[in-house]
Amino acid sequence: MNKFPTWRYFVIIAVLMLGILYALPNLYPAQPAIQVAYTDSSKSADQSLLNTIREEIAKQEIEISEINLKNNNIVAQFSSVEDQLVAKTALQKALLDRVIVALKLEPTTPDWLASIGGRPLKLGLDLSGGVHFLLEVDVETALGDKVDGLLNSYRKKFRAENINYISSSISGDQVTFKFKSSEDYEKALDIFLTDTLTPTGFQFDLVEQSNISTLKVSYSDIAIKELRDYAVKQNLMTLRNRVNELGVSEPVVQRQGANRIVVELPGVQDTAAAKKIIGKTANLEFRLEAKSNASRLRKTEFEYKDERYGTAFLENDVIVTGDRVTNANTGFDESGFAQVNITLDMQGGRAMQRATNGNVGRRLGVLFVEQKSKSTLVEDEFGNEVIEQTSYIQKNIINLATVQAVLGTNFRITGVGSPQEASELALLLRAGALAAPMKFVEERTVGPSLGKENIELGMRSVMIGFLMVILFMGFYYRLFGLAANVALTSNLVLITGIMSLLGATLTLPGIAGIVLTVGMAVDANVLIFSRIREELKGGKNPHQAIQDGFSRAFITIFDANITTLIAALILYAIGTGPIKGFAVTLSIGIITSMFTAIMGTRAIVQLMYGSRNIQELKI
Amino acid sequence: MNINFMRFRKIAITISLILFVGSIGSIFTKGLSLGLDFSGGTLVEIQYEDSVDLQEIRGVLSENGYEDFQVVNFGSSLDVLIKIADQPGNSSLGDQIFTLLSTNNFEGELKRIEFVGPQIGSELRDQGGLGMLVALGMILLYVAFRFQYKFALGAVAALGHDVVIILGLFSIFAWDFDLSVLAALLAVIGYSLNDSIVVSDRIRENFRSERALGSEDLINLSLNQTLSRTVITSLTTLLVLFALFFFGGEAVRGFSLGLIIGVLIGTYSSLYIVTTILISLNLSQEDMAVPDVEGAEFDDMP
Repeated sequence: MNKFPTWRYFVIIAVLMLGILYALPNLYPAQPAIQVAYTDSSKSADQSLLNTIREEIAKQEIEISEINLKNNNIVAQFSSVEDQLVAKTALQKALLDRVIVALKLEPTTPDWLASIGGRPLKLGLDLSGGVHFLLEVDVETALGDKVDGLLNSYRKKFRAENINYISSSISGDQVTFKFKSSEDYEKALDIFLTDTLTPTGFQFDLVEQSNISTLKVSYSDIAIKELRDYAVKQNLMTLRNRVNELGVSEPVVQRQGANRIVVELPGVQDTAAAKKIIGKTANLEFRLEAKSNASRLRKTEFEYKDERYGTAFLENDVIVTGDRVTNANTGFDESGFAQVNITLDMQGGRAMQRATNGNVGRRLGVLFVEQKSKSTLVEDEFGNEVIEQTSYIQKNIINLATVQAVLGTNFRITGVGSPQEASELALLLRAGALAAPMKFVEERTVGPSLGKENIELGMRSVMIGFLMVILFMGFYYRLFGLAANVALTSNLVLITGIMSLLGATLTLPGIAGIVLTVGMAVDANVLIFSRIREELKGGKNPHQAIQDGFSRAFITIFDANITTLIAALILYAIGTGPIKGFAVTLSIGIITSMFTAIMGTRAIVQLMYGSRNIQELKI
Repeated sequence: MNINFMRFRKIAITISLILFVGSIGSIFTKGLSLGLDFSGGTLVEIQYEDSVDLQEIRGVLSENGYEDFQVVNFGSSLDVLIKIADQPGNSSLGDQIFTLLSTNNFEGELKRIEFVGPQIGSELRDQGGLGMLVALGMILLYVAFRFQYKFALGAVAALGHDVVIILGLFSIFAWDFDLSVLAALLAVIGYSLNDSIVVSDRIRENFRSERALGSEDLINLSLNQTLSRTVITSLTTLLVLFALFFFGGEAVRGFSLGLIIGVLIGTYSSLYIVTTILISLNLSQEDMAVPDVEGAEFDDMP
């Protein structure tokens, strides 16, 4: 008789039950739904919004299968995609800018499953459709701005302290001041030596102080690191805001490496529009129109955004920038043109009040500041011509209107173009400005039909491959083949369960990984069965042959699988997106297949032969 | 069944050498036809309801000032794939082309747009190459630790052989080499090693038990003992890979092709490359002299 401790049956059954439990949510199909949230992120969705939504949808004569208030959002489910789209359009028309309506697929996992952490597999973009962007933050430009800031802050300070300097300049990331007299030099040196931080609040180094007329300062290495980091973090935050405004369910906005940001928008089809919003570095500047007698040094000539109006001179002093905007939304003025209503924060409101006070009757200009990029041909270090992207800032006047009264925190700007342009501007102002320009370094868009096709093809090849292997094993090994097939089936269930539990993402290469696992998982069984055959040939009795076959084959299986696991882990480390998905399914598949093929098969074989006295073993 | 594998050793090695050298030659002279992931550029896939004339699409593109593009059918005659190489930085090219074609009587359904900046492309190339080397190195270490350095050298030689020949075939036939093929290549490393280890394991075992035989006979015996397993596993793996190749769609074709070739070559290399290395390194009883304990500690496992 063979020994096989009873506790092992329990372990196997427990693992399998858990696998089935967590694979279960995948059997409940997701339902088309819409998700509604207030545009103003400080307001959370409430019962009254829910009632409004219910009324508006009822007007369209479509049925909501379920409507709930969860996490500041309202989610309404529908039985068909058509209904979902009708509802979305209706709500957008009825509530306009006040809410963001996003399409989504709501899982219908039963509550008892959801409460123990059960959830269906997440689908990668190549299966769900959508768009993936990789953006690179141009931290150098952001740093350049900060060096400008360093220069300006000390200029101001010297002026305030009556220190005279002949010249001040920037070279690279260093700021140089040249002084007329040694007295001024000493005073300035004193300031640098006593300051621990720059007026802008960062650490700095005094690079040069050797001769008595020149001082050179730059940000310290730590400060530079902080500044770069800040630029990326700020951009990350702004991107999150903007993506939220786009109304996408389950978007991903993540930092990748030192200066890159990944944005994934499942289900988004209009990539051009998404890109426009994401990549825009638009900001506003409010400046008074220069008086006609103002000195050339205090004013700058700007073109209108609408070329028909030509140009105008504005003062160099900026009253307020878009960063001070706390809320912005669109509306229409008396004559039916689009306008943007702006709310500033306290500080911005005060600045605006100061600037307009006593200037009623003068004109206030609104400058639209945009980061643009152009490509130029340059030579690289090997002398090849390569295209280099450089970014530049373009500022255009969008509106120049007479100040009717002293302005405060609330005012409106007109002349912003079409209603769509107005709402885009409002959106950008709400979401905040980017600290540094960014460029798209990678983009992948998958249409919804391709996503669906990929799922169908992938699933079909899993099924066909699986059936072929099952048939082959059944014919070739008969009863033992049956044991292997049960193990193989459990393996598929376990992979699904574990991936769902871990929240891993299924991609098309991931499905390929499952297919490959199906083919390779039987290897362990084949090894064991061949070994048992050999042991039988060697004259052992059936029970002994089974026992030895399993234990001898184990080491080989272990070694062989570990090495595949190493390859899979490396793939995970170097791969991106979908390829990572392949590495994940392959790794999980290897581990589960070891369990099912060795432990599982052993248990089944034990159940089949363990308690019987067998004379002959067919294998 | 008793096949004298080692008798064909010289012929096998000659064939391997020819393939190996040919592959290296092709890789260095012709290079790989790098897919979008590694070359950078823009790719647009559009599906039409009726088949369209590719020549006309090319005409529309060149009339509008586009250069250096490829327009091909993808999978079926309804699917059109447009690839524009080397347009650094211009991430909106794909949208532009789709709009351009839509307004020029080529209105279809957009299936995908991919844009990979030149920098990302070269980074992925470096990362991929590095990953491959790291994988080989780690595996060498593991096998050397678990077996003995002669086996490790044999296994890694077999892996190098497999990888180079697959790369060579991709180069010779100018098949697209992209990230998914790289993934296939790493999976092949895992698979081929699987085979090599099973064979090595048996050789080691036989060296210890069958002390009367010479190394060549021992290896022959081991290969014959593992042959049915080698064949069956390759067969089941090939079954699923063919399912993937024929039913998985265009997107996984390169991946499954790489793996199919890999499984075939990997199986062959575990029969001939590993063993030839072992023989030429004079693997002998002494190499197995270290008492082996792992058998004992696992004896109680199922």
